[in-house]
Amino acid sequence: MATREEVVTGLAEILEEVAGVNPDDVSEEKSFTEDLDVDSLSMVEVVVAAEEKFGAKIPDDEVQNLKTVGDAVSFIVANS
Amino acid sequence: MTKPDVVVTGLGATTPLGGDVASTWDAMLAGRSGVSKLTQEWADQLTVKIAAQLAVEPSEVIDRVRLRKLDRSEAVALIAAAEAWADAGLADAGLDKERLGVVVGSGIGGAQTLLAQDDILEASGARRVSPHTVPMLMPNGPAAFVGLEYGAQAGVHAPTSACATGAEAVAWGLDMIRSGRADVVIAGGTEAVIHPLPIAGFASMRAMSTRNDDPEKASRPWDKGRDGFVLGEGAGILILERADHAAARGARIYARLAGAGMTSDGYDIVQPHPEGTGAARAIAKALRDADLAKADVVHVNAHATSTPVGDIAEIAALRSALGDHPVLTATKSMTGHLLGAAGALESIATILAIRDSVVPPTINLDDPDDALTMDVAAHKARPLQIAAALNNSFGFGGHNVALLFTRP
Repeated sequence: MATREEVVTGLAEILEEVAGVNPDDVSEEKSFTEDLDVDSLSMVEVVVAAEEKFGAKIPDDEVQNLKTVGDAVSFIVANS
Repeated sequence: MTKPDVVVTGLGATTPLGGDVASTWDAMLAGRSGVSKLTQEWADQLTVKIAAQLAVEPSEVIDRVRLRKLDRSEAVALIAAAEAWADAGLADAGLDKERLGVVVGSGIGGAQTLLAQDDILEASGARRVSPHTVPMLMPNGPAAFVGLEYGAQAGVHAPTSACATGAEAVAWGLDMIRSGRADVVIAGGTEAVIHPLPIAGFASMRAMSTRNDDPEKASRPWDKGRDGFVLGEGAGILILERADHAAARGARIYARLAGAGMTSDGYDIVQPHPEGTGAARAIAKALRDADLAKADVVHVNAHATSTPVGDIAEIAALRSALGDHPVLTATKSMTGHLLGAAGALESIATILAIRDSVVPPTINLDDPDDALTMDVAAHKARPLQIAAALNNSFGFGGHNVALLFTRP
C-alpha cells in the first residue's frame, strides 16, 4: 500500500512525462486543470498511467471528481 | 468583375535540405541532394532503403511535451507556418482574425500516428491507445493546428489530392481571397510518411527508385537512368494576401500569385495520361486565369518526379500548353518527392527563382531522355530574368494543378 507522499511523487512523475509539469509544482492542493494546465485529453493519459502505476481502477465517471492532486491521491490510496 | 490581386508576403519551410527557407534555397542553388540511406532497422526488409529525411528534426524546434501530441506531419506544418508568419511580419500586424484563413493539406495524413497506435492496440490493448490519436491522425489535423496557433477564424480547410495537395492548397487560398472570404491565408502542404508501410506500398507499385547504393543519384528526373521517385518529408507554407491589404501595412512582397488552373484526367487512378492532356488543360486554364500569354512564362518548376512515364507526359503537356521556350527545372532531383508538401515547397522555389533571377538546377540529369526536347537547367543553377513562372503539380487520382507566379 502506497503512502500519500509516494502517490504524490508518482503522480508528479506522470505529470512531468505527459504534460511537462515541473515536479516541484505538484502538491496536494493543486488543481490539475487550473494550476497545472493539464488539458482534458492529457488528463485521460494521466489517469491511465496512474492506474498502471498504482494498480487502482479509476472509473471514467470518477475522473470528473478528481479536481486536485489531493483528490486523486485520496481515491488511489482508498482503492489500490 | 475584376479579381483582386493576390500576393505572397511570407514563406516558410522545413525540408530535407534545411530547417528553413534560406538554408533550403541555398542548398538548391548549390545543387545538393537531400537523399540518404535509411539506417533504421526496419529498412532492412524493404526493397527501397533510401529517402530524403528532414535536415532538422522537429524535436530541435518544438518541445517534447507539445511534440507528443502532434503527428510528425503536424509538427512540420507548424514549424513552416511559424517561419512564414514571422517572415510576413504578421505577428504585430493587428490582423482581424475573422479575415484570416488557413488551407493546409497533406497527401497521406497522420499515417505514422495511425500505425504507431495500432502497434499499441495490438500489443497492449485498447485502453492504452492515446487520447491524442484522433487529432494526430485526422487529415485536417495540420490545418487545424496551424489555424489554432494563429487564431484563424475565416475558415480552415484541408484539401487532399495526393501529390498535388500543396499546390491545390495554394489555389484554394487564392480563391478564398478573391471571393472575399479572407484577407490573408496561410496556405501550403505537409507530409511525413517515412515509415515502412507507406514505403512498402509505393514500392509494391514499382513507383520508387531502388538505387539504394547511390542515394544522392537516385532522384534523376528526365534522365534515361531514372527508376522512380524518392520519398521526401517536410512542409512548405506561403502567406497569401490581398494586394491592397499587403500594401496598406507596408508588407514586403515576394511575388504575385497571378493565377491557378485545376483539372482532373478522368483517365486512370495512378497513371498520368500519356499525352498529358489533363495537365495541359490545367496550364491553359492558369494562363487564362492570370491573363498571361504563353510567351510570358519563361520558367517552369516541373512536377517531374523521376518516374519513367510521368516525366515525359509532363513534357508533352508543357510543349502543347506553352511551347518549347521555357527553361525547366525539377527540384525534386534534390529534395526528393514531398508528396502533399511538394507543390508548396516548389511554389516557394518558383517564387525565389523570380526574386533572385536564377533557375535552380536539376541534378543527376547526366543522360537526358530522348523525349526531353525542352531546355533544362541541368547540374548548375542558371541566371535568368523571370517575369512569370509556372509550378506544376500532379497527383494520384488524376489531379492536375498549375500555379502561375509573376514578378511584383
